[in-house]
Amino acid sequence: MTVLDIKGITKSFGSLVANDNISLTLSEGEVLALLGENGAGKTTLMNILFGHYVADQGEIELFGTRLMPGATDAAIDAGVGMVHQHFTLADNLSVLENIVLGTEPLTSWKSNTAQAKIRLAALAEEFGMHIEPDKLVADISVGERQRVEIVKALYRGAKILILDEPTAVLTPQEVDSLFATLRTMVARGLSIIFISHKLHEILAISDRVNVLRRGCMVGEIATKDANRDSLAEMMVGREVSRPKVEHMEAGAPVVEIDNVVVSGGRGHKPLLDGVSLSIHKHEIVGLAGVAGNGQSALGDLLSGLRAPTSGSVRIAGDTVKDYSARSFIATGIGRIPEDRHAKGVVGDMTVWENMISENLREKPLWRFGRIIDFDACREFSRNLIEHFDVRCKTMEMPTKQLSGGNMQKLILARTLQNEPRFILANQPVRGLDEGAIAAVHERLLAAKRAGAGVLLVSEDLDELFALADKIVVIYHGNISEPLSVDEVTAQDIGIMMAGDLGHGKNLNRAGVA
Amino acid sequence: MRLEPRESVSFWLVLLAPVGAIGVALVLTSGLIMWTGESVFEAYGHLLKGAFGSRFALTETLTRATPLMLTGLAAAVAFRARFWNIGAEGQLYCGALAATYLGTGLVTLHPTLMIPLLFVGGALAGGVVLLLPVYLKSKLSVDEVVTTLLLNFIILLFVNYLLEGPLRDPMSMGWPQAAAIIDEGVLPRIMEKSRLHLGFIIGVISAVMVWFVMRFTIWGYEIRAVGHNPSAATFAGISINLTVLRVALISGGLAGFAGVTEVAGLKGYLTLDLSPGFGYAGIAVAMLANLHPLGVIASAIFLAGIYVGADSMSRAVNIPNYIADVMVAVSVLAVLVSLMLTQYRVRVR
Repeated sequence: MTVLDIKGITKSFGSLVANDNISLTLSEGEVLALLGENGAGKTTLMNILFGHYVADQGEIELFGTRLMPGATDAAIDAGVGMVHQHFTLADNLSVLENIVLGTEPLTSWKSNTAQAKIRLAALAEEFGMHIEPDKLVADISVGERQRVEIVKALYRGAKILILDEPTAVLTPQEVDSLFATLRTMVARGLSIIFISHKLHEILAISDRVNVLRRGCMVGEIATKDANRDSLAEMMVGREVSRPKVEHMEAGAPVVEIDNVVVSGGRGHKPLLDGVSLSIHKHEIVGLAGVAGNGQSALGDLLSGLRAPTSGSVRIAGDTVKDYSARSFIATGIGRIPEDRHAKGVVGDMTVWENMISENLREKPLWRFGRIIDFDACREFSRNLIEHFDVRCKTMEMPTKQLSGGNMQKLILARTLQNEPRFILANQPVRGLDEGAIAAVHERLLAAKRAGAGVLLVSEDLDELFALADKIVVIYHGNISEPLSVDEVTAQDIGIMMAGDLGHGKNLNRAGVA
Repeated sequence: MRLEPRESVSFWLVLLAPVGAIGVALVLTSGLIMWTGESVFEAYGHLLKGAFGSRFALTETLTRATPLMLTGLAAAVAFRARFWNIGAEGQLYCGALAATYLGTGLVTLHPTLMIPLLFVGGALAGGVVLLLPVYLKSKLSVDEVVTTLLLNFIILLFVNYLLEGPLRDPMSMGWPQAAAIIDEGVLPRIMEKSRLHLGFIIGVISAVMVWFVMRFTIWGYEIRAVGHNPSAATFAGISINLTVLRVALISGGLAGFAGVTEVAGLKGYLTLDLSPGFGYAGIAVAMLANLHPLGVIASAIFLAGIYVGADSMSRAVNIPNYIADVMVAVSVLAVLVSLMLTQYRVRVR
C-alpha cells in the first residue's frame, strides 16, 4: 500500500530551481533512501512536505488524502514524523518533558505525567529502545538524544518516519543500534525515509534508493541491484576518484604531548588522564574513539584554547608556555575545528572577513596603526578562494550562506596558507558530500607530503584507515599506543574503542615506530 | 502566512525600511489621538512645527538630540559586541560628576584645554564604572544586564548624597545642586540666540569616529566578530575579555560624554534631574538605528524631535505630552519588525 505519494513537485527560489518535477512514492513497511549531495534539494522537498514551503507545482498525497499545501500541522497530524540532523530538544528539560512538549492542550492546568510515562515505556519496549525518561537531555549522549527524537515522533503517532542524515553524529556502534531499531519499526508496518549521502549505510538499511542531483530526480534503483560505485556515480554525476595515500618516512616530531592531564572540574573525572602522544613530520596520526572520551579536550589543548592542568606540550622541540590561540597559530599550528559553524567561522560576517581572521594582525593586511587595508584583504582572500576552489557568488556574502563543503574549504584555505608544521583536523569531513570529502582529504595529504604532521580526529573508521599512517584510540581520557594501520583491523580498533586499550599490545607490532 | 528568507537584501530596502516603519508608527499612534477627539492632522502639524518648524524649534530639538546621540552610541557600540550595557544613565551621571569635580574651580585653564579636560575626565569616569561589571562578567560570568542596570541606582543615590552634602553649592539656598561650571569650562554656543552648544558637534564627530572604528579598524573587526560568534572569535585568536573591556570603556566613555555636554553645555551645574532618562532613551535610539553609528545621528534627532514637538503639541491642543513615549515605543517596535522584513519576505498563501 502506498502511504506517501509525491507527484511532480517543483519549487524555485528566484533563478534557482531547488526541486524540479520530483515524484516519489513510499510503501508501507519500506525503507526508502533519499540520496543526494548537499544542495541537491533533499531538504527543500522535506520542507514542502511539512508545509514550511509551498510548492510552485505538484501535490502530495498522504495515506490517499491530498495534503493541504503550506499547512504546517497537516503532515504531522496525518502521521509523518521527522528527526532532524540538528536535534530539536530542549537541554534544560527532561526526556519525558521533551517528548510531551506540545502534545498537551494549552488550556489544561497540569500535565498528565504518569500516563505519558506509561505510554513512553510501552513505545520504548515495543521498538526495543532504551530510554530513561527522567534524565535531563543535557546529560544524555548524542545517540540517546536521537532515540528521544525518534520516540518523540512515535509518541505523536507517526506512521512515516523521516530521518535526515541520522548517522552524521553517531559512532559505529550507535549506527548499528539505530539500524536495529529501524528494522523493528519497518517490521511493525512503519515506513521510513532515510536521507543520507553515506553510501554504505544506504546499502545496509534501505530497500529502495531515490537519487537526487541538482534538484532533479536522476534515478531510482532497488538496493539489491545497487553497489557503492554505481550509487556514487548517480549522486555525483561522474566517477569519484579517491585520493591516493603514499607512505612516507616519518621525520622529526612536530608536536609532542607529554603526560598531559586536563582536569574536568571539581568532582569530575579528568578529561585527559596522563596522555602522551607524538606526531612527526610527514605523518598522519588518526585518533579513533567514541565521542565524549576526551577528543574535545585534546582538540582544545592543541588549538591553544585550554592549558593542561599538568604535563607539557612541545611544538618543534620547544615547550609551550603560552596556551593561546594566537600563539599557537604563530608557532605554526593549523587548526580545523570540530564544529565549523560554532567555532570555525563567524556566519554573519563576509567570506573575506572570515578568510583573514587568523592573519588579521599580520602586516600587509593593515596599515597606519590598526586600520584594515581592504584592498590587501580582498586580494589575499581572492587568491585563497581561487586556489582552494571555494565556491561563492561573491566574497562579500555572509559566510553562513556557504554550503558545508565550501565553508570547510574556507577554513582549510585560511589554515593551510600559513603552511603549518602541524595540523589538527578535528572531524574535518563530518557532514560533507563526496566531492568535498575528496577535496579536503587531498589537501591534508598534500600537507603531509609537504612536511606537516597531522592529527586526524574522526569517528569514521573508514576515513582513518584510508588516510592515516598510525592510529591511536582514546577512551576515558587515556590514549593507546600508536598502531600502524597495516597491522590492525577495524575489529581491533572497535575492541579498543570499547575500553580495552591494551588490546593493541597483543598484536604483532613489528614496524611500528 | 509565512516568512521566507530573502536571498539578497538591497541597500535601498535597508535604508527605506526604518522610514516606512516610522510612517506606520505615526499611523498607529493617530488612533490614540483620534480617541482624544482632536484632529490627527492638526496634532501632527503642531508636533512637526514644534520640533522642526522654526529656528527656535530646530535648535531646541538638536540640543535635546545631543545627549541622546551620545547615549545612543554608547548602547550601539556595546550591543554590537553583545555587551548589554543598560547603565548609560549611571555612566552619564558619572561623567557629569567628573566634569563638576574638575570644572568648578579645581583647575582653571584656557577653554581650549579646559573643555577637553572635562570631556576626558567625563569619559574616564563613565568608563571606569563599567570595570566592575566587566570584571564580574569575565571572571564569574555575572550577567552584565543586571550589574549595569543596578549600578544606575547606586550611582544616582551616590550623586544624591553628594548633592545633599559635600558637593552642595553654599550659594544654592538649600537646593540640592552643585556649584556652577566655571566660565572657561562652559561649552560655547554654536548658534546665536539659541541653546545649541558645542556638545552637538562633539556628538556628531563621536558618531563618525565610532563608525570609522567599527568599520575600518582591527578593533572594530574584533568587536563585530565577538558580537556575532564569541567562540569562533576565540578560536581565531581574539581575546573576548580584552574586546569586551575595550567596548565597555568606549561605551561608558560615550555615556560619560553625554553627562559632560549636559552639565557644561546646557544646565551649567549638576542637579539630580540633569537627565530625564537619557541613558535609557539611548537604548531606543540605538535600536531605531539598527545599532549603526551614523544611523544614531538621525534616530537621536528623530527622538528628540518627537519629545520637543510633543511638548509643543500638548500646549496647542488637548493631548498630553505622554503621547511622545507612546510614539517612541511604537516606532521602536515598528522598526524592529521592518528590519526583520528586510531579511525575510512574507508569503501569503
